[in-house]
Order: sequence, then C-alpha cells, then structure tokens
Amino acid sequence: MEQYKEADLKNIATGIRRKIIEMVYSAKSGHPGGSLSIADILAVLYFKEMNIDPLDPINPDRDRLILSKGHASPGLYAALSIRGFFPESLLTGFRKLNSKLEGHVHRGVPGVEASTGSLGQGLGIGVGMALAGKLDSKDYHVFVIVGDGEIEEGSIWEALMAGAKYKLNNLIVILDKNGVQLDGYTKDIMPLGNIKAMVSSFGWNTIEINGHRFDEIISAVEEAKKSTDRPTFIIANTIKGKGVSYMENNPKYHGAPPASQEEYEQALREIGGEE
Amino acid sequence: MLKTQTESLREAYGEELKVLGAKYKELVVLDADLSSSTKTAIFGKAYPDRFFNMGIAEQSMVATAAGLALSGKKVFASTFAVFLMRTYEQMRQSVCYNNVDVNFVVTHSGITVGEDGATHQIVEDVGVMSGLPNMKVTVPVDSIETRSVIDFLAEKGRGPNFVRLTREKFPVLNDKDYEFKQGKSRTFKDGSDVTIIGMGIMVSLALEAAEQLKSKGIDARVINMSSIKPIDRDAIIKAARETGHIVTVEEHSIYNGLGSRVAEVASEEYPVPVWRLGMRDTFGKSAKGWELFDYFHMGVDDIVKLTEACFREEQRYENFS
Repeated sequence: MEQYKEADLKNIATGIRRKIIEMVYSAKSGHPGGSLSIADILAVLYFKEMNIDPLDPINPDRDRLILSKGHASPGLYAALSIRGFFPESLLTGFRKLNSKLEGHVHRGVPGVEASTGSLGQGLGIGVGMALAGKLDSKDYHVFVIVGDGEIEEGSIWEALMAGAKYKLNNLIVILDKNGVQLDGYTKDIMPLGNIKAMVSSFGWNTIEINGHRFDEIISAVEEAKKSTDRPTFIIANTIKGKGVSYMENNPKYHGAPPASQEEYEQALREIGGEE
Repeated sequence: MLKTQTESLREAYGEELKVLGAKYKELVVLDADLSSSTKTAIFGKAYPDRFFNMGIAEQSMVATAAGLALSGKKVFASTFAVFLMRTYEQMRQSVCYNNVDVNFVVTHSGITVGEDGATHQIVEDVGVMSGLPNMKVTVPVDSIETRSVIDFLAEKGRGPNFVRLTREKFPVLNDKDYEFKQGKSRTFKDGSDVTIIGMGIMVSLALEAAEQLKSKGIDARVINMSSIKPIDRDAIIKAARETGHIVTVEEHSIYNGLGSRVAEVASEEYPVPVWRLGMRDTFGKSAKGWELFDYFHMGVDDIVKLTEACFREEQRYENFS
C-alpha cells in the first residue's frame, strides 16, 4: 500500500474540501458542514489506514467503511474519487439526473459499501460486516463514521450493545463530534452527556482526539487496530464546516450550499489548494 | 372446527433451517429474544456460531442482517410479525434499498395469536411490506408450503423477502411433494361460478365454505394465493374470465392486503365484482383464536354468505357494507 506523509494528507484533505464545496455549489443543495468536518478523517482512512485497492474494490479481504451519517456524501464521494475509485469528473453529477451520485450515500458508487442516509443504521450494518469477518476468519477492519447528532438515535445504542457482546475488535467507530445538528447545537437540541463514559460503560474502548490533527487520528486508529477483545469508539472533536470561516460552527450550513458566487469563491479561497 | 390434520408452521420453519444449515455454510440466523417461539432456536442449538440473538433490539437485528448480507451471507431474521414492523425504516433503507438477500420470517401474525390480544395481533403487515420496493411477500398456507418456501429462499431467493407465519397450527393442505413457486398460486378446488382467493388459514376455511356452497348449487373455485408479491396475475385474470365473480378471504386487514391486490389486478385486466373478507379497519382482541373468526365475521358461515351474495350479485348485507 502506498504510504502518505502528513503533508500529503493535508493536501488530500484540502482537495476533499474543495470538491465538497464545488459539488454542493453545483448541485445548489447538499450538506457541506458535516462533510468538511470529516475531511481530515477521510484523508487518513482512505490514504493511510485502510487496506483498499481502487482497482479491486470488492476484494473480500478489504477494509470496509460505512458512512453512517450519509448526508456527508460529498465528503465520501470526493475522497473515493481522489483515491481513484472513479473519475473525479463524475463529481459534477452529484444530486443530478443520470448520475449515481445520489444526494445521500449510494451503494451504486464504486467504493461505497452500503447505502446510508437515514441516521442510526450504519453502525448496525457495521456490526453485521464485522460479524461476517469473524465468521469467515478474515483480518479486515470495519470503520463506521457516525455523527454526534446521529447518536441521539436509539438504534446506535442497540448496535453498541451488540458490538460489545460479540467482542468485535475488528470494528472501529469514529464519532464526528462537531456539536451541531440541523436545528442548532447538540447541547441545546438534545444534550448528549458524557459520551466517553457512556460508551465505555457499554463495554467499548474509547479514545478521544482532535479530529483535525492527522497524528492524533492515525495513532487512535493504530491503537484501535491492536484491540484484542473489544470494539473501539474514537471520539473525534471536530469543527462543523471546518476550513470555511462563515460555515464553521454555523447550523445554517448543515444542509445548505454557499449562498452566492461570492460565498462560493470565498470558501475556495479560504480552503486553499489548487484548482 | 377443523377436521383435518394440523401442523405448526413455525416448527416446520425451525426444523427446515436446521436442515439447510448443514447444506449452506453461509446461512446465518438472527432473532430478537423470541427464538424459542419463532423456533429459530432449533437452528441456534445446532449451529450456535451462526446464530445471533440480538436481544430485544429489532432495529439492531435488521441493520446487522443487512451488514451480514452485504458480506455475502444468506440471512434469515425472525421475530413476531408485529415487532418487525417497528423496523420499517431499517428494512426500507438498509435492506431494501441496498437490495440484499435478507429473509424476514415472522411468526404470530393475525388474529390466531389469540389470547395475547390486539397488541400482538398484527393485521397490517402484508400491506406494509408489499409497499417496499424490492421486497417480496409470501404467506405459506401450511407446514409443507412453509418448508418449501424456506428451501426456495435458501437456494434461489434474491433480495429481501418477507414470509408470514403464525402461532397456531394450521391444517395440512398440500401433499408432501408440493413445490412452492414464487409468483404462482395453487388451485385447491376448481369451480365455475365464483372464485374464492384465500391467504393463510382462510384457504382452509374457504374450502369448507365451498363444500357448503355446493349444497346450494354454487360451484366455487378455491385458490391459495401464497405469493402476494409478486402476485399470480394470470390466475386472477383466469378466475375473473371463467367465473365472473371473485371473493377474497384473508386473516389481515382488507386494506392493503390480499383483497386490495386482487382487486387491483382484476380492475386493470378484467373487471368483475371483487368482494373482500377480512379485518375491517379494526384491531383484534383477546380470546381464543378460533373464536375470533366468528366475532370478526370471518368464519366459514360468513364466507358462505358473502360468496353466495357475490355470486347472485345481491346487495352486500349489513356486516359487509
């Protein structure tokens, strides 16, 4: 597998962020905030930590990633295209007729493991994939990215119970803890309490990191891979809309594209990188 | 009430799973704390490594089933019919939209649940499931058909499937060598005056009703429509052409159930009167299961009355207005 240095990862994350903005602006809809918050995590997973091959996307030994917060599809589609699963030119079809790039994550897209979009279901799917890995004596890991608004869904906690019961040490959850959901801030909409203590009490390893620091993401995933008898839940503290000043921590941009050409150009300028 | 030999459909299901477990190493079974009732415990005892009791957590069971199927497993997932309905959205998004091979085999459907009462007597499930894209819906009539359906799904089943079983033992109507074919019905009794299309236990009642109708000079055809989706359009059209009158009987709501589906086909292809007998926008109630057929006007006598009225093209009498 190719090895990417931190400087490369930074460039890749910048590329993912540029494409997120381009996609939602072209579609005049979509979810930039929660896509930008996971761009660094996606860069680490797809370009360093995951055992995947874009030329062999259904290899039975591959690592799997379920984007349970399926509205962050622009982030995933961007990462997959940059990684080489499909041509970057197809990204312009996002949310449009005659494109497979559905508004929410769609399995018809190469590299996508499961369609998602209704919150709270991807972790259960990940449990099933991890169980299958155990049954088949495979060494693959299953990654699931969930949102902090998403874990208000009771089904997440059902799946946490199952993950612990079956000792799924091949299951790694990353919580995109950006503190914002559609209607406002999670602390106001539905306070989540001490997530680390809650998930730990369900029998999971828990690791808390800054979700925008590549070294912390890498070391947390490396530690999770060493678990022998428990699944791991990485709490990644992130900033919703990370990289675009007017989107950061702003619930308005959970599900809205740049509102004008000026906003669009400002977003790309702030993200930086190359066209 | 029923004179013929009866057998448990859910016992047949559990035993068949165990047989298939030896044949298909990729077959896995999930349950949600009801395995001793749904009979998946029979499989679980034989193959503990491939049996997952997900606890009283149906949403988790269904999403996990999708993940296992996405990883190449043949999945059977069971609970009571009513409790699976709380996972409608997991079924829609994780199973049907991903179009994976998950077989939902539910037990304790309909009013024959009996004493447990209205909370547990679901009569809407066939309608709810039939509306899901990619989902196929089957209601076996007896233990033999149950085994054949499970065999079929394990060998050739593709995409999501819903199979509706019951708590009660039902009369054995099929011969041992009967083979289920998805999308095909079976005519148990031919007839030329009127056709009674039934689902589940109501086929047995319809056969009794047909005997009584014979003494009234009415020659009724009786069809077992176990494949609700895809439905046997040809058999419905043939019945409409040849008998001119159709009565549907189901242990289910007449809304969005067998009757609705038959009426859809008839009205599109060969419009004839289609009169529906079943639960009429109501919940069930506690009693012995068999007592409830008369209580809800779904007994043999009610089938006879309705069928005769349909055949004679009379005004529908009060209970069926």
